[in-house]
Amino acid sequence: MRKVCLDTIHSLAHRDPRVVFIGSDLGAGVMDEMKQSLPGRFFMEGIYEANVVGMAAGMAMDGFIPYVNTIATFLTRRAFEQVALDLCLHRLPVRLIGNGGGVVYAPLGPTHLAVDDFALMRVLPNMTVVAVSDADEMRRLMEASLDWPDPIYIRLAKGGDKIVSCEDDGFAIGKAIVRRRAATSGHILFATTGVMTTHALAAAESLAALGIDSTVLHFHTVKPLDVDALLEHAKEACAVVTVEEHSLIGGFGSAILEALSDQLLNMPPVKRLGLSDEFASIYGSQNDVLEASGLMPVQIADTTARLFNAIIEGARR
Amino acid sequence: MPLDERAINLRKLVVRGLAGGGRGHLGPALSLIEILRVLYDDVLRHQPDNPRWPERDRCILSKGHGCLALYALLADQGYFPTEALDDFCKRNAMLGGHPEAGKIPGVEASTGSLGHGMPIGLGMALAARMAGRGSKVFVVVGDGEINEGSVWEAALCAGKHALDNYTVLIDYNKIQASGPTADIQDLEPLTDKWRSFGFAVTEVNGHDVVALRRTLTSLPAGKPNVVICHTVKGKGVSFAENNPDWHHKAKIGEKDVFDMLSALDSYHA
Repeated sequence: MRKVCLDTIHSLAHRDPRVVFIGSDLGAGVMDEMKQSLPGRFFMEGIYEANVVGMAAGMAMDGFIPYVNTIATFLTRRAFEQVALDLCLHRLPVRLIGNGGGVVYAPLGPTHLAVDDFALMRVLPNMTVVAVSDADEMRRLMEASLDWPDPIYIRLAKGGDKIVSCEDDGFAIGKAIVRRRAATSGHILFATTGVMTTHALAAAESLAALGIDSTVLHFHTVKPLDVDALLEHAKEACAVVTVEEHSLIGGFGSAILEALSDQLLNMPPVKRLGLSDEFASIYGSQNDVLEASGLMPVQIADTTARLFNAIIEGARR
Repeated sequence: MPLDERAINLRKLVVRGLAGGGRGHLGPALSLIEILRVLYDDVLRHQPDNPRWPERDRCILSKGHGCLALYALLADQGYFPTEALDDFCKRNAMLGGHPEAGKIPGVEASTGSLGHGMPIGLGMALAARMAGRGSKVFVVVGDGEINEGSVWEAALCAGKHALDNYTVLIDYNKIQASGPTADIQDLEPLTDKWRSFGFAVTEVNGHDVVALRRTLTSLPAGKPNVVICHTVKGKGVSFAENNPDWHHKAKIGEKDVFDMLSALDSYHA
């Protein structure tokens, strides 16, 4: 996913003279081709994220479209004020590409886990927040990013993620995509983002074997949230289950709850699945942390089946 | 250093803003007047009737709390009518307590939180280089402001890129909100610090219009510049000079305004 993302920046830069790449000490060899072919618009800067974001703002004020890449937590936590004031207040077309979204960097510990990035970026006016599910969808996003007028935070996943997106579904920033459609109403609606869409799709297959039907609605764009699509699918569902690789506070599930609550209509119950309100206490792999948080497909299916059965039981009483 | 009639009149515009809003930063604005006056009068290539002229030089007031000085200069140059100062900080005013780009003609970047102007200016200077434009970028920072880490991040980066279209002007009035910079966070040896970051360093009396003009029109080439402008906080209003109590004032009444204007007139005399 990251390679596709960076390669697409390179090709966009060849097509459009406004495109600039800025990295913050990304490691040897990263974007070497662009460094060779477009050295004037390639910047490998030091480990100073506040400066890099401010610098990108200055370039954007004068007509360029900077794509800034470094580790997600350093962009979102460390440079937060520059993102808020230099980018969002000025409504500048800067793209922040965060490596290691969620718990990708599990072995590196809590300093490197981007588990609050949705919350931090989502709260900022004018910010767009995107987490695609796979490399193919990343390519579509990057093409769509070129002329988006506002700043975008793009969360990167681990890489090598299973391809679940489909060309025929198209791609537009801010538009959710139905990845799996339930045959009947009274089903479970999975609202998902990032690579958790892939986990939810696998969970949906397990649930189908148990006779529990579900729709998987993939929100590659966390903000602006596609409220219309959410309401359309939620009104037919018996429950909404949100799945995210993020703290349960302030993230994607919170956004879904807010949107449903604001409708002031009878909406189905919502169960949010995500990371609990604590710093990670284990290392291991991304899947180890996801498993400890109940976010592997079999666990999502199990939790959802219990929820579904409880709803059916409640309806019988 | 005596102040000429224009220096007094520009300061009276600052007082007009304070009177309009009933509040504001006086000391940090009055130390800045000559720095901005020389920039806008003699150094910047700019067109007040076409503020977004692409070929213009950029000036960012990074110490955004000194905005009344910037507003005075922009009004004086014709970017907007001086009457706007009468609405300073009022509900639907164009001019707020910190400058905002997009709202105020001539303001390049919204500032207020300190330490933002230098990285933004750096990006503008690199943008000019990429676009092959001759635009220069001037960033005005406060002395207290350079406590911020992002200032030194940008200084490292400007040195790396040898940005000779990038000039930082330090309003070195030697007093921050809580007292003397020497007590709160001593900056000395200041010239050595900037030189070691790859800047050409010039020191100048920041109220001497002739010296400022000479300095800013003959900056050394080949590397980024910093001009350390030695100034007096509250310059021109005797009771506010070097007085941290006048860093920011709320509840400014008619008598305060009268006293400030009287002090300016007697300074002139």
